[in-house]
Amino acid sequence: MSRVHDMGGRFGDGAVIPEAEDVIFHADWHPRALALTLAAGSLGKWNIDVSRHARECLAPKDYTAFSYYEKWMGGLAALLVDTGVLTPDDLAGKTDGEISDLAVKKLTADQVAGVLARGGPADRDSAVPPNFAVGDSVITRRIAENILVNGGHTRLPSYAAGARGRVLMYHGTHVLPDSNAHGLGEAPEPLYAVVFPAAELWQHPEHPRDEVVLDLWQSYLAPA
Amino acid sequence: MPHDIPDHDHPHALLPPEPALRVKALETILTRKGLVDPAALDEIIDTYENKIGPRNGAHVVAKAWREPDFAQSLRDDATAALSDLGYFGRQGEHMVVVENTPDTHNLVVCTLCSCYPWPLLGIPPGWYKSDAYRARVVREPRRVLADFGLSLPEDTAVRVWDSTAEVRYLVVPMRPDGTDGWSEEALMDLVSRDSMIGTAVAGPPS
Repeated sequence: MSRVHDMGGRFGDGAVIPEAEDVIFHADWHPRALALTLAAGSLGKWNIDVSRHARECLAPKDYTAFSYYEKWMGGLAALLVDTGVLTPDDLAGKTDGEISDLAVKKLTADQVAGVLARGGPADRDSAVPPNFAVGDSVITRRIAENILVNGGHTRLPSYAAGARGRVLMYHGTHVLPDSNAHGLGEAPEPLYAVVFPAAELWQHPEHPRDEVVLDLWQSYLAPA
Repeated sequence: MPHDIPDHDHPHALLPPEPALRVKALETILTRKGLVDPAALDEIIDTYENKIGPRNGAHVVAKAWREPDFAQSLRDDATAALSDLGYFGRQGEHMVVVENTPDTHNLVVCTLCSCYPWPLLGIPPGWYKSDAYRARVVREPRRVLADFGLSLPEDTAVRVWDSTAEVRYLVVPMRPDGTDGWSEEALMDLVSRDSMIGTAVAGPPS
């Protein structure tokens, strides 16, 4: 386990607390944090993989202590400074707040519906042909780490590293987060839903027929 | 040199520590620099508080229960079938719909963050984003379902979908017995948010 966010299968977290369907936010600042993050994203200085990585790079003690939207704010502050949108002095309130050159890209209220409706599809044409067909047996990388960047972003959880599964679906070719999170290009490649017997992942599965499915990129997989 | 967020540097510490003040400070700084329009923030919040939520998903489920052709179109290409109903957009760009059966119960999670089909279900509930759910549901789904008061038959398998890419999953719960001929609206009332994540089954609101 290289980073604190990679918590699938961890012991000791206690009960899950259900909540009513009409509870959307738990404090007035939560929707503000959400909206601020989406609006800042529209400035176009980072992509979704960069922003996930920023949250994952929070110090483990902060990641653990922060509530959900505090993590978003922590990630956003890091992104704004890292991409030069704000300086540390801006964040510290030591500057006057001159209008930024980026202000032309500001998301306006009338653009919101269109931007949210368009979303950000991740499928791309790719020259990488699919190596696997539905039904093929595959094995995931033994080490759940980014092979391009030490400590970099990846979407292979530790609990599914070195595990044998079977290709369940082919999703087409998608942007590779391990590359796209680090300014190395979108590097689209085949993406599959891969199903693993629970007994392949856990010493003491609850039920002999239980399964876990993960969406995994071709470069995470080898023939088994 | 790959672009990266330096591990040693945590700029949020420059902002006020109390979260509400931290958000306020960031909004103020960005607004003053012309980078954020508070009216756009209001619009985003209104969208997810009032316009997009689990009634969208309930509509899809009720329609799938009533119309075999629609159910088949969801199996063939859920993204296209949902787009035709107007359900597309941020965090719902690539959709797969999975159907519960007496043999298999489906459950959706994102262990690495909190990926969730926003156009169908809105903003994820607090528990979906909690460490406890993310950590436990892949290893011990039945114990997690017990936290929701749900117990599955002994011979039902659980298939947990960990949303590790940009594909989003929606569960179609089993249609309750005795609902033949019900209208779409009446069926929708049986479909809770949790039943479309897999932590509940469809039925009358409790």
